[in-house]
Amino acid sequence: MKKAAPPVRLLSAWRVWQRNATVYKRTWKLNILPNFFEPFLYLIGMGVGLGAYVNDMGGTSYLEFIAPGLLVSSIMWGASLETTYNVFVKMNFDRIYDGILSTPINPKDLAMGELLWGATRGTIYGGAFWSILFVFGLGWHPGILLIFPLLFIIGLLFATVGLIFTSFIKEIELFNYFFTLFLTPLFLFSGIFFPLEQLPEIVQIIAWFTPLYHGVELSRGIFNQMWSFELLTHFLWILIVTVLNIYFVLYRIHKRLYK
Amino acid sequence: MERSPIVKAKGLTKTYGDLVAVNAIDFQIEAGTCYGFLGPNGAGKTTVMRMIYCATPSSDGSLIVNDLDVNDDMSAVKRSIGVVTQDDSLDYDLNVMNNLLVYARYYDMKREDALIRAEELIDFFQLGEKRDENVRRLSGGMKRRLQIARALINKPDVLILDEPSTGLDPQARHHVWAKCHELIDRGVTLLLTTHYMDEAEQLCDRMAVMDRGRIVTEGSPWELINQEIPPQVVEVRGDTEQRRKILEVVQDEVEYSESLADRLLLYSSGSTNLYTRIQELDLKVKTVLSRRSSLEDVFLKLTGRELID
Repeated sequence: MKKAAPPVRLLSAWRVWQRNATVYKRTWKLNILPNFFEPFLYLIGMGVGLGAYVNDMGGTSYLEFIAPGLLVSSIMWGASLETTYNVFVKMNFDRIYDGILSTPINPKDLAMGELLWGATRGTIYGGAFWSILFVFGLGWHPGILLIFPLLFIIGLLFATVGLIFTSFIKEIELFNYFFTLFLTPLFLFSGIFFPLEQLPEIVQIIAWFTPLYHGVELSRGIFNQMWSFELLTHFLWILIVTVLNIYFVLYRIHKRLYK
Repeated sequence: MERSPIVKAKGLTKTYGDLVAVNAIDFQIEAGTCYGFLGPNGAGKTTVMRMIYCATPSSDGSLIVNDLDVNDDMSAVKRSIGVVTQDDSLDYDLNVMNNLLVYARYYDMKREDALIRAEELIDFFQLGEKRDENVRRLSGGMKRRLQIARALINKPDVLILDEPSTGLDPQARHHVWAKCHELIDRGVTLLLTTHYMDEAEQLCDRMAVMDRGRIVTEGSPWELINQEIPPQVVEVRGDTEQRRKILEVVQDEVEYSESLADRLLLYSSGSTNLYTRIQELDLKVKTVLSRRSSLEDVFLKLTGRELID
């Protein structure tokens, strides 16, 4: 008879993380290069190119304005790719989960492992981005160290968002909707490229309920060393939503894989 | 010899909405034996296996594996069994050796132990030349062997094989069977599903014949054939008129007959005589052949259907 799902075990989740790391280790040299090119292209194209036409960003250059947000968006793309397409393929096409779940690993452990791995990939994207910013001479101050734990937490947040979506869909084509109708609007309207204040109030209200906005604000605050109570609320928003999402996604994956 | 059951099911049931996949079945599997579930596709064999290795919850009844209730602690149950799924679930992102080593980690095995065990298994299954090969490039037979090797990484008490030789060529099938025999000799309990009666006859000490979610009969292959049907059968291919005539003439000797779309089956205790008598009728039927009764005949008698449809 059906009983409550066994609780998640971190050691087992770690085993799944290790599996992904083993696979990644084989190809990381090939994988990681684009992570460096992408920020470089953005910073040259938008920061330097477009920035020449943008003068007043409240005392900072356009490059400095967009860099902290772009950094966070790179985490979003990295973590999302991992828990959407990659998880879907492992779950439905390659049957890798069938193999894993016939060992002591349970569905919730598996889901947690994928979340941690998604967060790791997000951190790798974000870390590569940050290193380019560093080369550009942006954010050279001790407070910048706070950005590193943040890379992982924001990665975890977007890993949960991606995996929640994945847990509902049956066709891989549906990810197009997730990327085009959810992530792309987040990318454009979370205050990365222009302050949200210049958009109607309703957009600002909606933005408050979306994850990337808080990441962008937090990152910009840290880069510009504008320490404030508001910064803390952004951080708490991310933390609370991440925890709630983890609970929900573990429940969803258990339901999807143990039926 | 008195053995203790390692798997016990009572009233085991699985429903998906209105569909009853497994319908209140009882069975017991003794440790150190090979137990088979035989039946056509859709009979519920795979679902029974999936409940045993905790891939799916049961809907009703009880299922005890190694003294553990499958619904109590899934992980503990899975720790004591190895699983070879029907569709290959190897990790295609890894090579042969890493498939074993990564799998060992799921059981929290120490790296040194895992290495030793992996070498043993690569040796046992003759995969040495392929240890660094990507799994994609293995032949069907090698993939199956690697899957069995992987399932044995944790030295399980019970090995579950869901259709172990489906899709393999005859040579690879025999190789898999030989390895299965060796495992039984080493004391591993084997639990397999198949729709090939030759496989069941080759490997199983006892078996359950399943049809539409139920166990229709249970016993050793030899018992089933002996209990359910006469030992010899004569197969005749011919038209309705020829069949009618044959039945009329030889009915005194036929204990039981089955008329199928393409042939007539006549069961009796001694067939030589029956065979000769049919030949002597000189009806010019397409074929007459005499053979031993098989599990397929048992299945046909019990369900009215052929095994592979």
